[in-house]
Amino acid sequence: MKSNKFITGVYWDDKDLLTGIKEIQDKGISIFDVRTPFPVHGLDDVLKIKRSRLPRLGFIAGALGGVLAFYFQMWVFTQSWPINFGGKPYLSVPSFIPVTFELAVLFAAISLVFGFLIRSGIGPGAPVIIFDERTTDDAFLVAIQVNDESEVSNITEVLSSAGAEEVKQVEPSKTEQDV
Amino acid sequence: MYVSPLREPLVTGAKSYKDVTDDITKPMEGKPGKLWYVGLATALLALGFGGFAIYVTVWEGIGSWGLNRTIGWGWGITNFVWWVGIGHAGTFISAILLLFRQKWRTSINRSAEAMTIFAVMCAGLFPLLHMGRLPLGFFVFPYPNTRDLWVNFNSPLLWDVFAISTYFTVSLLFWYMGLIPDIASIRDRLKDGIRKQIYTVLSFGWTGSARHWSRHESMSLILAGLAAPLVLSVHSIVSMDFATSVIPGWHTTIFPPYFVAGAVFSGFAMVLTLMIITRKALNLENYITVGHVESMNKVIIATGSIVGIAYLTELFMAWYSGVVYERYAFVNRAFGPYWWAYWIMMTCNVITPQLFWFKKIRRNLAATFVISIFVNIGMWFERFVIIVTSLHRDFLPSSWAMYSPTWVEVGVYIGTFGLFFTMFFLFIRFFPVIAISEIKSVLKSSGENFIKKGGRNEK
Repeated sequence: MKSNKFITGVYWDDKDLLTGIKEIQDKGISIFDVRTPFPVHGLDDVLKIKRSRLPRLGFIAGALGGVLAFYFQMWVFTQSWPINFGGKPYLSVPSFIPVTFELAVLFAAISLVFGFLIRSGIGPGAPVIIFDERTTDDAFLVAIQVNDESEVSNITEVLSSAGAEEVKQVEPSKTEQDV
Repeated sequence: MYVSPLREPLVTGAKSYKDVTDDITKPMEGKPGKLWYVGLATALLALGFGGFAIYVTVWEGIGSWGLNRTIGWGWGITNFVWWVGIGHAGTFISAILLLFRQKWRTSINRSAEAMTIFAVMCAGLFPLLHMGRLPLGFFVFPYPNTRDLWVNFNSPLLWDVFAISTYFTVSLLFWYMGLIPDIASIRDRLKDGIRKQIYTVLSFGWTGSARHWSRHESMSLILAGLAAPLVLSVHSIVSMDFATSVIPGWHTTIFPPYFVAGAVFSGFAMVLTLMIITRKALNLENYITVGHVESMNKVIIATGSIVGIAYLTELFMAWYSGVVYERYAFVNRAFGPYWWAYWIMMTCNVITPQLFWFKKIRRNLAATFVISIFVNIGMWFERFVIIVTSLHRDFLPSSWAMYSPTWVEVGVYIGTFGLFFTMFFLFIRFFPVIAISEIKSVLKSSGENFIKKGGRNEK
């Protein structure tokens, strides 16, 4: 079982955070999570976070929405109930475009948002695991998981030498807020 | 980071990251001021009056409005188009300006997006009420009904149904996803209590994890990419309600771009009207600076000039096309019985915004406030002119008529103001008016404090 013990280091500046993370990684310590009050540029590269595949999901869903919308309109006016509007063609492609476009956008947007929520494991009532309440304010935090008691002193030392201004030991189950 | 000295800071005063959170969440903590209660009460009163007018409309039928056989669309559709237009600034700021990397949008995008959502809610009411009997609203959706009939996909009115409902849904999702990190900021500031529990649920469990931010950023960018053509499509489709008909004065190909420019024009005016008051009331002058107001005024003058050119093009084409009906429609607009509406429109939309060429006026808050209200009035009259003056003298002189609204129509319009402002007052009380995390992300490149200190945050 993975331990529920973490050592956290707090930085007050995003530049310090980036250089600090590199130093920690150079010492061969793997980082559990980084919490920041806003998206820090360059953090993805340092942490080797893969580029999200959400854009692909959005494209597929959007294409699906568009095809479905167009096919449905085509089916309605050529198969299900063809109506003669003043001798105009049954399959009047230009007038099907607006609805096709709107549904493509709708499908893509909804799938992006829900894809984002599901992939990130967040949503209404999701449990909140907070290492430090200041990370949504002005603290940049690095959390390192402790698997073995003997590592504690080493990790603490590495964090301090990597410029972390506050190093603490936390067990987030105690600060977890179940809703 | 080098920042040109010519570039004004977007955040003035010596603000650290912590100050940003404190300043923006401050109005939400503690008791609201007297002014807020007075504002909310007034808005609720207007909403109540509107509710009564809606009751009369539904109970007595659409006959309680001033419409007649010649003029089938009056204030109802005027208000619909006006409200949809108001909403366009929010999406323009949050989507198109994001794609263009305009950093000044971060101070105003959240509240402008909120206005979009409230304005579309107000707009949506009018077509529904215009059906007279509310259950008829069901029949605009293509579902397998008992009569086996489908809706007419060739009709712009149906495109509107899809455009407006997609626009509302996407705007709402975009707005709320952007709000999650800020709600988390509030959650973490609150001590235990019912408010903390509510914000915990609303924050969706956001923690600011690097992985989440990475995904959040790529989602926001794609959503912006989707919302940008969407906002252009919405008012284009609204304009096709008119442009695809054969009424002289409506049947013009210039309508879609002209309506989109007009929508952004009126939307920015509404954002300015409200933000000039809000920044003062909530002490946010350091975040919504005179520089922000100036930037918005530049958008106003650009879109206002496009609208002005569109008016002149319409007049030119009415003469150049040689169509007598078309020409009569425009002569009648300017010099017929509704001449006053036409000239109010021309003055407010074409002449007053040109004052913004002067830097002194562009940077003057009082002048901006007055002109923004002029623009709002002018854009309302634009829709009134297009709808009523084009309809009231049709092909048959025997059916020419005049139109004036009854108190019921006026009441419904006042009611939508009530709805809009009720929502807005609740929004500024319970949610941060400015996107906290987005301000922090531009603070180093654009905050006065950071520029001086060479880009360092010090605790």
